[in-house]
Amino acid sequence: MTTLLEVENLSRSFGGLVAVKDVSFSLRAGRITALIGPNGAGKTTCFNLVAGALKPTSGRVLFEGRQIDNSPPETVCRMGIARTFQIVRPMREMSVLENAMIGAFSWTRNVSEARSKAYESLESVGLAAKAHARTDQLTLPDRKMLETAKALSTRPKLLLLDEVMAGLRPTEAAGIVGVLQKLAEGGLTILLVEHVMRIVMEVASRVVVLHHGAKIAEGSPGEVVADPKVLESYLGAGFHA
Amino acid sequence: MQKKFDRGLERTRWLAGITVFAVLGLVGMLANPYVISLMTIVLLFTFLGQSWNLMLGIGGQLSIGHALFVGLGAYSVGVLYVKYGISPWVGLLTGMILAGSVGASIAWLSFRFEVRGIYFALLTIAAAEFARIMFSGWEFVGAMQGLFFPAPTGGIEISMLRGDARFYYFVALALAALGIIGTEFISRSYLGYVWRAMRDDESAARALGVRTFQHKILVISISAATAAAGGGVLALVQGSIFPDSIMGMGLSVDVLIGPVVGGLGTTFGPLVGSLAAIPLNHLMSALGDSLRIPGLNNITYGVVLISVVWFLPDGIWPAIVRLCKAIQAPPTALLWQSRKVEE
Repeated sequence: MTTLLEVENLSRSFGGLVAVKDVSFSLRAGRITALIGPNGAGKTTCFNLVAGALKPTSGRVLFEGRQIDNSPPETVCRMGIARTFQIVRPMREMSVLENAMIGAFSWTRNVSEARSKAYESLESVGLAAKAHARTDQLTLPDRKMLETAKALSTRPKLLLLDEVMAGLRPTEAAGIVGVLQKLAEGGLTILLVEHVMRIVMEVASRVVVLHHGAKIAEGSPGEVVADPKVLESYLGAGFHA
Repeated sequence: MQKKFDRGLERTRWLAGITVFAVLGLVGMLANPYVISLMTIVLLFTFLGQSWNLMLGIGGQLSIGHALFVGLGAYSVGVLYVKYGISPWVGLLTGMILAGSVGASIAWLSFRFEVRGIYFALLTIAAAEFARIMFSGWEFVGAMQGLFFPAPTGGIEISMLRGDARFYYFVALALAALGIIGTEFISRSYLGYVWRAMRDDESAARALGVRTFQHKILVISISAATAAAGGGVLALVQGSIFPDSIMGMGLSVDVLIGPVVGGLGTTFGPLVGSLAAIPLNHLMSALGDSLRIPGLNNITYGVVLISVVWFLPDGIWPAIVRLCKAIQAPPTALLWQSRKVEE
């Protein structure tokens, strides 16, 4: 299996605060990998470094062998990495369909081509019936899925999802899990930043655990939850299963 | 059902557009000189408003210094024609290229150093004021004394873009129509989608692959170039150019009144807004003179602006569209459509 993305000794500090410290991991094509950790572990910083929204203090990010950590977000996107935002950001004055069309304009200038790609993306996340709705008419899980559809329209090779399941009820989250699994079956590589452990166990084939900005564990979900260091970071010292 | 409704809407739009321009054409043929000259200004400001609207209403970039571009267009036409006898067509083209480049340079400098939003708007004022002061002291372009076009000989000369008031009315009407068709065209092309995305959320748009830096420069240069074309014609209509009136803050404000009153980001907003605001301003100005209440027009302007912002925050045109839909469309269709911006 080929490596799609490689993160090498990545660090980022904000003033005196080191948010991400010497983190390395790699993503294999066609798999769902989860980046987890307790609050303030540096997950979102790490995510933004990969997406080009932040520049690393040191270290490198390689996508298909090319260094991308100095590229602006629009270039990173055009290379094949699409992202969602933790706080949903629909373009408010545009309809659901129009929102889903934007990403397609990164590879085409043809409006009807973009429109059919947008329908396709909405279809794959189960939002096609609401294509003509206004974004403020969508429920929270639908808005999260719209973010995913917008990202899918850019035809990504790698999809970065920032806490798509945060704030959702278990049944709503289960629907999203199903969508992600289907996307991965279709060959898409997914990096998931997630807080909710149960979901990670369900969808991810590989898990990277961050704590205080550093990587403390990596492996299959089963291996990771059995790791005493992981239990300690989540539940505090002295708590062993 | 949705599709059918959209097509019905599309037909209504075309019909409405053609009717409006047919009526405006009749006005040009039948109306008295006062109405003609007033309507010429309305149509020119429709076009200028359209150019400003493209930049803020679609591209999301606020300019409060559009007088700079209007002025550059006016002076290009004026200097080339008055000093060298060169056709205003050449002047218009020169002005558009000049203003487009100046707009692009301001945008490049500003966005290169991450000056954006309201700070960018302040920069546009600064640039316009700088140009106004420069032109006020520049003897070659007439300085404060201004530039005067020779009185029209009476005949219509298309190659020199010279003619009587009625001729300029139709020039302005053609410009306004071009502005509306052009806006509609851009709005439906990929540029329209990408620019609206950039307007609603710039960093989210970048994450979706939109090269916002290039697109901001593009929308500003197009807006600047079209404003210059409007400015060139405005100078011909007025027959004179003075730095304080063609490049002053007052003109920058006049340019944005139409789209703000009519409806930001809409295709017909600038026309509706100009039709409402400019005749009212003239009327109040005349009324103020006869009642000896100086500044009555400005007070009315202020009241109208505040009322529109208060009662119809998205402008007169979207309110008209909502009303029409309430009358002819089934309520379910209305639910989905009521706040879509590009009616």
